[in-house]
Amino acid sequence: METIKLTIDKKLVEVEKGTTILQAAKKIGINIPTLCYMNLGDMNIENKPGGCRVCVVELEGRRNLAPACATDCAEGMVIHTHSIRVLNARKTVVQLILSDHPFDCLICAKSGNCELQSLAHKLGIREIPYQGEQSTYRKDTSPAIIRDVDKCIMCRRCEVMCNEVQTVGVLSAINRGFHAVVAPAFEMNLDHSVCTYCGQCVNVCPTGALTEVDHTNQLINDLADPEKTVIVQTAPAVRAALGEEFGLEAGTLVTGKMASALRELGFDYVFDTDFAADLTIMEEGTELLDRLSKHLAGDKEVKLPILTSCCPAWVKFFEHNYPEMKDIPSTARSPQQMFGSIAKTYFADKIGVDRKKLIVVSIMPCVAKKYECSRDEFKVDGNPDVDYSISTRELAGLIKRANIDFLSLPDEDFDHPMGESTGAAVIFGTTGGVIEAAVRTAYEVYTGKTLKKVDFEELRGLEGLRSATIDFDGLKLNIGIAHGLGNARKLLDEIKAGKSMYHAIEIMACPGGCIGGGGQPYIHGDSSIIKARHKAIYAEDEGKTLRKSHENPDIIKLYEEFLGKPLGEKAHHLLHTHYFDRKKEIFID
Amino acid sequence: MAQQIKMHLLVCGGTGCRASESDQIQASLEHELKVHGLENEAKVVTTGCFGFCEKGPIVKVIPDNTFYVQVKPGDAREIVEEHVIKGRKVERLLYTDPENKEHVADSKHMGFYRKQIRIALRNCGFIDPENVDEYLARDGYQALGKVLSEMTPEDAIKIIKDSGLRGRGGGGFPTGLKWEITRKSVAEKKYVVCNADEGDPGAFMDRSILEGDPHVVLEAMAICGFAIGADAGLIYIRAEYPLAIKRLKIAIDQARNYGLLGNDILGTGFNFDIELRYGAGAFVCGEETALIHSMEGSRGEPTFKPPFPSVEGYLGKPTNVNNVETFANIPPIINKGSEWFAAIGTARAKGTKVFALAGKINNVGLIEVPMGTTLREVIFEIGGGIKDGKKFKAVQTGGPSGGCLTEKHLDIPIEYDTLIAAGSMMGSGGMIVMDEDDCMVSVAKYYLDFTVEESCGKCSPCRIGNKRLHEILETITKGQGTMEDLSKLKNLSHVIKDTSLCGLGQTSPNPVLSTMENFWDEYISHVVDKKCTSGVCKSLMRYVIIPENCIGCMACARNCPVNCITGERKQVHFIDQDTCIKCGTCLEKCKFNAIAII
Repeated sequence: METIKLTIDKKLVEVEKGTTILQAAKKIGINIPTLCYMNLGDMNIENKPGGCRVCVVELEGRRNLAPACATDCAEGMVIHTHSIRVLNARKTVVQLILSDHPFDCLICAKSGNCELQSLAHKLGIREIPYQGEQSTYRKDTSPAIIRDVDKCIMCRRCEVMCNEVQTVGVLSAINRGFHAVVAPAFEMNLDHSVCTYCGQCVNVCPTGALTEVDHTNQLINDLADPEKTVIVQTAPAVRAALGEEFGLEAGTLVTGKMASALRELGFDYVFDTDFAADLTIMEEGTELLDRLSKHLAGDKEVKLPILTSCCPAWVKFFEHNYPEMKDIPSTARSPQQMFGSIAKTYFADKIGVDRKKLIVVSIMPCVAKKYECSRDEFKVDGNPDVDYSISTRELAGLIKRANIDFLSLPDEDFDHPMGESTGAAVIFGTTGGVIEAAVRTAYEVYTGKTLKKVDFEELRGLEGLRSATIDFDGLKLNIGIAHGLGNARKLLDEIKAGKSMYHAIEIMACPGGCIGGGGQPYIHGDSSIIKARHKAIYAEDEGKTLRKSHENPDIIKLYEEFLGKPLGEKAHHLLHTHYFDRKKEIFID
Repeated sequence: MAQQIKMHLLVCGGTGCRASESDQIQASLEHELKVHGLENEAKVVTTGCFGFCEKGPIVKVIPDNTFYVQVKPGDAREIVEEHVIKGRKVERLLYTDPENKEHVADSKHMGFYRKQIRIALRNCGFIDPENVDEYLARDGYQALGKVLSEMTPEDAIKIIKDSGLRGRGGGGFPTGLKWEITRKSVAEKKYVVCNADEGDPGAFMDRSILEGDPHVVLEAMAICGFAIGADAGLIYIRAEYPLAIKRLKIAIDQARNYGLLGNDILGTGFNFDIELRYGAGAFVCGEETALIHSMEGSRGEPTFKPPFPSVEGYLGKPTNVNNVETFANIPPIINKGSEWFAAIGTARAKGTKVFALAGKINNVGLIEVPMGTTLREVIFEIGGGIKDGKKFKAVQTGGPSGGCLTEKHLDIPIEYDTLIAAGSMMGSGGMIVMDEDDCMVSVAKYYLDFTVEESCGKCSPCRIGNKRLHEILETITKGQGTMEDLSKLKNLSHVIKDTSLCGLGQTSPNPVLSTMENFWDEYISHVVDKKCTSGVCKSLMRYVIIPENCIGCMACARNCPVNCITGERKQVHFIDQDTCIKCGTCLEKCKFNAIAII
């Protein structure tokens, strides 16, 4: 490997050819401040438009300052990262950005997590000498995401996520000069666009320009209402990330503390979405075997592969982009919705509460779940199965607001009957998990044999597109896995073109799966956090006594007492859904 | 029957003269020739721009080189009856020398043309741009033939390198070197791009070349294609240039029909074809990476270099981008050799440069002078000095990216480096002359207004910084500026130059910095004395009554649209400054010189 020697702040450094000044400086402990730059190395995602000009450095022999993020090192370079010229330029640039930024820091949803705020603090900015016109855009509220474009600093990170990673193509730079911002085309409303609400834009936005819709105040009111029974379900990926908000190392599992905290907050029953994940496997796994056996018997009507359907952003993505393939995904509802449906029937009956008085709240690593529970097909007489969903971030905020000392909470269990779950359900939280859970059950049901080893390493990993062949006692099952909608699109295009033959495919909209969901604690550019959460999920699985969904005793009981059998009539009615052609649904105001 | 054409009547068909009915002049001349049965003896030809736009529309008669100025369609009969039939010049349509007041018939004896050397413009105003045969008759496509049959690509690059030709679009990068880098980039596909996205206010060099001599650009692009190893050319032209687009389309068709574009050009096995791409008129798309993104259908905004387009350009392939004027120099260099070209100009800048002269100058128009010509020669000899005998104040070169140069810079030779050293730049060749009536703070504000409008908004210093610069200038011209504002202007200008992503932001504060440098007094008088000495900034003007002269006739008060003038009949009147809108009605109505502006 060819190396280069250069001097940064009087320190000699040797780096590989192709290293940027920013990376080289970091190597010797010099952290040049950045704003628009984003490098999620573990996920192979990079944004370096060189637009904010915060990372400029002085390069001897160069006329103007150089952006450290976008300038490659060259032999013999002499660089100053904090000369008076650099410091003045950097400060002036941030002052300019602030001169066109609302001054509502104290009440901004991003306060405390805002990278612009931190930068202003770091640079010691105490005044904004340049005053003038400020941008005034309308606030755009959708079922899941709020756009407050006045706070957009044109870092373009959301654009990279929306276009390059997710290939959704909703957000891009519009207008010119002072009026340039990132917004949907023609500044249309998000809910009129093909936005999937995956929330990856929210995850990477350095300011409060993109945030999730806040449901915490509604929750506080419901919890205080004596007329209402409020129950909660928590998704698997939440427990692997919530601790980060309380200073715990990434990857620390806080399942027990989370259950305690929810009880402290005043929920009447603390349940687990994992229970519904096991239920999902029962339905989706059975559907897979049903479609597979019909296909093997030569039924031309049966379409394969079967695609997972637990991710609401993915569902909306194919409804917009591949409506002609809408009979391929499994009809099984997502765990969140299965939970809501069972809670408001089976469980409501059990405790004798009217469904309208029973408030079902979900804690999700996701913002699209907010949209999913608002879909009309998941309502009975206008009453939603899941009343609303709050994100991991919102839950952390609530715990802090309620003065709960999270770290000193005891570990508690979930309530019954909807709190029991298996390891198969836990791994729903990461890419590859749903299909592995399905394989564990489908294998045993199909072959009638007990698995010697439940870990299917070949299905695990963080590569965007993966495939594996699983031997079902002679039947070779081809499995595909995609996370990130851009990867999903690649896979779907292959299927559409008849280029690949898969029996089953798992698709998750967010890179990494739910652990990297749009509602998770901000990672501020540190993608190793996603890796740590990934490991934590498998650790939780390994620690479980039961690791196959069909062995969950409360699930077995649910079928016996209430549902009958998987894909049965009642199950069909309560646990399955249908999809819509949304190709022509976009409109411009 | 073979035609016996003895005389050609060249009518300027450039956009400027067209706007003054030159197409009707042409029709009238043709009609008159027909009426007199002369259509087989004299022929009317529409040409490109002659350059002397101040005196347009222009009609030139060949072979005697009579140069008629400010011709109207109604003059056609006289030109035909007197000049064509009787051989007598129409004296009243000849140019009058401003010094000795004598009529000048031949353009080469006019001050405007005397110091010009026309290389890039050599065919403009001489041939019919819509007729490839006329281009061929002027050695057209000879250079392409020479390159294809006698040279290797390396030979062609060497000639361009040796000639010392530098990019005429602004940066002044050595053209031959650019070609060489693109040649050395290994790829299965490469592109030649012609940047015809001329966007400086007041500049029309590229437009005139494309309208007057489109084939020269096509020929040069093909030569470049051969040199760098490309078979595809693209011309990025702004859609606001309909006449240039029309003529380019005609030229491309004709060249294809003659086998000068397309496959197996001149039987040499070399393939090259050209397509047009339209720009929406964004100034920033003159920046080559933004131009390439725009051609790709993306947002027209620059990306950082490297990678340079010559390594990774259009569709990720090596792309050589040159502007129109640069290309127009290529065929003459090939035909006449690099030594010929290198002998023109100065040690560091070879050849000529085309400028669009505009502003408060007598001879507005398009000129081409050798590098090293002084600003004084351009403004006072070619340009004929300042309009209405006023005093020269400044000249802005390099468009909005350039700076204002003053009296003390008039004798510097025009080259890339000298202009930069003086605080301006060559740019693509806009040259706007200002006189004593121009307020330099307002001039800086005008250019910033343009940059704010044309910034793509990608990088923060350009997006917000230029806006703030403009706002501070606005404050100053309104008389609300402070000394602190002046130091903010300076700091902001330096930071914007130092930190912006592309050339637009890196140069946009130049008008501010150069006017502050050269006209500091004017800034001070705006800020401290609250006065605009040029009388441009309305907010700083005060209309007052001169008590000695006021007889109390009440004419001013009666006509004041905002009733800000009070006073009894036969008493001295008074203007309330807070209400006055500075419309000037009182000054106009007063018959006793009793109103003054201070």
